[in-house]
Amino acid sequence: MTAIMSPALSGRDYSLTGRDAKLAVENGLAAAEWYHTEIPRKQMKELMQRSDQPAIRDTAIWLGALILSGAGGAWFWGSWWCVPSFFVYGTLYGSSTDSRWHECGHGTAFRTQWMNDAVYQLACFMIMRNPVTWRWSHTRHHTDTIIVGRDPEIAVMRPPDLVRLVLNFFGILDAWHAMADMVRNAAGVISAAEKTFIPPQEQPRAIRAARIWLAIYIATIALALYLHSWLPPMLVGLPRLYGAWHHVMTGLLQHGGLAENVIDHRLNSRTVYMNPISRFIYWNMNYHVEHHMFPMVPYHALPKLHELIKHDLPAPTPSILAGYREMIPAFLRQLRNEDYFIKRELPPTAKPYREELHNPVPAAAE
Amino acid sequence: MSDWVEACAAEDIDEEDVMRFDHAGRTYAIYRSPDDEYFATDGLCSHEKVHLADGLVMDDIIECPKHNGRFNYKTGDARGAPVCVNLKTYPVKVDAGKVLIQLG
Repeated sequence: MTAIMSPALSGRDYSLTGRDAKLAVENGLAAAEWYHTEIPRKQMKELMQRSDQPAIRDTAIWLGALILSGAGGAWFWGSWWCVPSFFVYGTLYGSSTDSRWHECGHGTAFRTQWMNDAVYQLACFMIMRNPVTWRWSHTRHHTDTIIVGRDPEIAVMRPPDLVRLVLNFFGILDAWHAMADMVRNAAGVISAAEKTFIPPQEQPRAIRAARIWLAIYIATIALALYLHSWLPPMLVGLPRLYGAWHHVMTGLLQHGGLAENVIDHRLNSRTVYMNPISRFIYWNMNYHVEHHMFPMVPYHALPKLHELIKHDLPAPTPSILAGYREMIPAFLRQLRNEDYFIKRELPPTAKPYREELHNPVPAAAE
Repeated sequence: MSDWVEACAAEDIDEEDVMRFDHAGRTYAIYRSPDDEYFATDGLCSHEKVHLADGLVMDDIIECPKHNGRFNYKTGDARGAPVCVNLKTYPVKVDAGKVLIQLG
């Protein structure tokens, strides 16, 4: 790995309607043609094949564990024995829904589309992401991954706001913003930023979803008041806070500390080897370079895709811990110099980066 | 008007698959359905101009490789987000083992 200082523009404007949004279009970074590793069509077709079976199995385990742990939390409510149950319930509710929302939004988890749609709607509610808004924001994220002013899903903007990052391990700011967005959308208001990526004909659907959610949260609060108990919000809503830690832990690794404004996912995304439990919760999104290069490949085929193309990718990060050992110093350094980023080295078997396509062009390796 | 253009040999496309065909500065996608019928549409996704020939054919659906937008390749109908605009379709016939597409 090489650390790179780039002569980037000072002061980034991450808003979708600001200076850098216009610059990205002018510089050809918007809707650009991205690098892909060559894979023969026959092999690619095999990798893209859809199947209901793996996702039905995983969803049955997920929902079963969710119901059991939630029931355990309710059963032991009032004693310390409820804590381990809510730890499991919260992680399944507030973290595994991040990957379920994501994979079903791509339509790749199940072969049968209504199954993708059903899990997508449920997971969106739990993770507090409007199913319409986030479908379109994620489309943009794949078109313009970590392009400043274009990508609405940049988790760590430079210079990094470390307080915000820590608070989000408990879902605090994310849930607050999600609630504010829900109330705003329920009132019929689509923001200027949302209008840049949600087509007009889809906007009423975002409003309708927000109104349904608002009704569910009002009913939950009303039930809590009626019962004089925190149990209803412990089961609906609050798990998004106390169970967020895993999805934030894995989510930051996706692009954290890596390059901005490049059109090669090998430069701005990170593949990390993880333990089987995290991979179940995360639905194999630890193979993140592979996912961005080939979003058509279902989560269950990503390990096979990784084996097929790893000769052309930077060496994967060996563990979550190794990822944080690489990322945290980069974040700290970006506090002093926001142009700093980690540039991952390619193996000799890989096709080289096309530096001339990337803006800003890396200037010097340390 | 009936400008039939030879696109490829029928056997060039696997069953339930798609192939790219470029002609006169335009690009098209030729499909072979699971029922061994042939169809043709514009070659680029109506959402962000990505080649559909790199996508996945499932039954009568072509899925775009970039954002997973879906179209019915027999009718050109867009089947939900992020695709909103239908694909243009073209008549196709197979003659003497050749796939012909009517572009006129």
